[in-house]
Amino acid sequence: MKTLPALALVAACALGQPARADTLYVTLEKDNALAVVDGMSGKLTKTVKIGKRPRGIVLGKDGKQIYVAASDDDTILVIDTATLKVTAKLPSDKDPETFVMDPKGEFLYVSNEDDNRVTVINIAERKAVKQIPVGVEPEGVAVSPDGQWLISTSETTNMVHWINRATLEIVDNTLVDPRPRSVQFTADGKQLWVSSEIAGNLSVFDVETKQLVKKIGFKIPGITQEKIQPVGIRIDRERRYAYVALGPSNRVAIIDAQKLETIDYYLVGQRVWNLEFSPDEKRLYTANGVSNDISIIDLAQHEVVKSVAVGHYPWGIAVKP
Amino acid sequence: MNLAGKRFWIGLCLLTAVTTVQATPKKAAGKLEKRATSTRAAISTDKLRIGYLSQEKTKPANLPFFLSQPADEGIQGARLGIADNNTTGRFTRQGFELKEILLPAEADAISAFKQLVAEGYRHILVRLPGESIAALAKLPEAGQILIYNLGSRDDRLRGETCSANLLHLLPSRAMQADALVQYLNKKRWHKVFLVTGPDDGDRLYAAAVKRAATHFGVKIVEEKPWRHDFDERRTPEAEIPVFTQGVDYDVLVVADEAGSFGDLFAYRTWQPRPVAGTSGLVPSGWHFTLEQWGALQLQNRFRDQARRWMTEEDYAGWLAVRAVGEAASRTRSTDFDKLKTFMLGDQFALAGFKGVPLSFRPWDGQMRQPILLATERSLVAVAPIEGFLHPKSELDTLGYDQLETPCHANK
Repeated sequence: MKTLPALALVAACALGQPARADTLYVTLEKDNALAVVDGMSGKLTKTVKIGKRPRGIVLGKDGKQIYVAASDDDTILVIDTATLKVTAKLPSDKDPETFVMDPKGEFLYVSNEDDNRVTVINIAERKAVKQIPVGVEPEGVAVSPDGQWLISTSETTNMVHWINRATLEIVDNTLVDPRPRSVQFTADGKQLWVSSEIAGNLSVFDVETKQLVKKIGFKIPGITQEKIQPVGIRIDRERRYAYVALGPSNRVAIIDAQKLETIDYYLVGQRVWNLEFSPDEKRLYTANGVSNDISIIDLAQHEVVKSVAVGHYPWGIAVKP
Repeated sequence: MNLAGKRFWIGLCLLTAVTTVQATPKKAAGKLEKRATSTRAAISTDKLRIGYLSQEKTKPANLPFFLSQPADEGIQGARLGIADNNTTGRFTRQGFELKEILLPAEADAISAFKQLVAEGYRHILVRLPGESIAALAKLPEAGQILIYNLGSRDDRLRGETCSANLLHLLPSRAMQADALVQYLNKKRWHKVFLVTGPDDGDRLYAAAVKRAATHFGVKIVEEKPWRHDFDERRTPEAEIPVFTQGVDYDVLVVADEAGSFGDLFAYRTWQPRPVAGTSGLVPSGWHFTLEQWGALQLQNRFRDQARRWMTEEDYAGWLAVRAVGEAASRTRSTDFDKLKTFMLGDQFALAGFKGVPLSFRPWDGQMRQPILLATERSLVAVAPIEGFLHPKSELDTLGYDQLETPCHANK
């Protein structure tokens, strides 16, 4: 009897809100393929071969293209979201892994992990316009919402490089804890969040002063600290909650983004690295490399609602409304 | 060799060392220089000079003709570490240089070491036999030096004959054996047939396996020495079955560090049994099959530079130089005392591409690190094996823990 009203409520909610469909594109590092998943139903709809060792993935501003780093082909593929055909290849130079797009959608900034460089690509001209020398093994990249800053983290140098986006010169370097992986600005551009994989923590910086605001640690009962390896970060637009993928601990941390404290953890698939919100930020999708699936988290219900087998070594996710 | 002869050798080697010092940064910096032009020129750079001392190894007599070690093992890792440190150093305004001294087998390592100290080197990597390292560490000249051991796995060097100025980047035999035996336990291969070779190292390896067996619940059901008093290599198909007959065991563990007979066992034992130890499933600090945890990047960087795969000694060389670099960038200093304090402190965490932060054990200077268990072309497991717990760090289930160390140098 008790479940009935609850069910009715859920049904009412589902009906009351326009159920916005979203489409997930998932790079499969070891299948050389892209998986397409319907976000609402959690159904794998298609898998297409694209290029060797696809990793980083970014949706174009108009939703018509996705960009995928084919690491072992040394290029960024431009893929038509409707036909799933590769329409162009961008000159990323060697071993592109993660990359970002500027807020206007004109440039891509690519980490060349083996060459200690960030390559800047003019998308319209399909040209590499500059290579910026950075520390050893550049990984995370981010552009501030106002477009002023380009940030690159280097995993072995353990630094955040602050690059002036107008001049493309490094203006400052901040040492961070070992093996910085992912870097993310808050939507208001005031904070920069950096995950340190080997230190097992997250550092929050004030962008204006470039000073550390707080380090956030993680503790999971029954899991050794060594297994807690933070990678992907997503912060909601209001900066109420943030989510951090914790690698081989198979958890995603929930962080109170105002108090900068860890609240709880979601148990997802194995070796979770990268995350993406649904466009309405009501769901979070996680790419679980070792268990070969993605987890779908309902953020309002605080529940992992589904895991979807997608193929070998899902690396990253882009979501199209 | 007389004294004059020795001097000649050292002189010659120092000379070649100087030329390699000049050649190496050039080669490594070739790329860097090109890149540096686009950033601002360094205003002032703190220089940190690291010494590297190694000696040619004498080849074991019974070594099969096809086995040979690369002559530049160890040094290539140290060179890559210098290149990595210097990439970081462009941002921290710290520069690292390596002086390489590669001695022939008969040269005197002690005088070469003293020479380095006299020239002001205070971080010195040594790829030398254990006895030489123990002797160097006790020299009065070595008091204010840090010696980074890349050459010896000897547990005595980390125990009875340890020194406060000695850090060990190469895993000890006890760490190797503990890693292997944890895995045997996991596989429930509880009955071990141990075959020990004639060399000192073989006996120490076997002793480490026996120690690990008592720790991790595995039984040595049979132990046999391998003697070279019959020509077994000509007819191993006849000798090995007889040698392994009449024993009820799960796995054969062979202690043959030189690699002169261990490879004969696989597929020739009386009963079909796996082989592990110095042949078959081998525990080591590094293996070219490791690609997880970003290791592929290090493997690629190394291969670009050295034109061969990274070995365990290369990895130890890289770790040593990176440890110095990490301490320098964290402390923003090149001051010896500051670096030493930081390196041996709780805050030190080196990312070594094995999934967990690496650090030095304060009680014996050993770098705690995971051990890879691999066959020739396949990574089988990474120890510590899941389930072997430790109150502080599971890495300390490998090798001598604080309570059992015979080392009292740091107390």
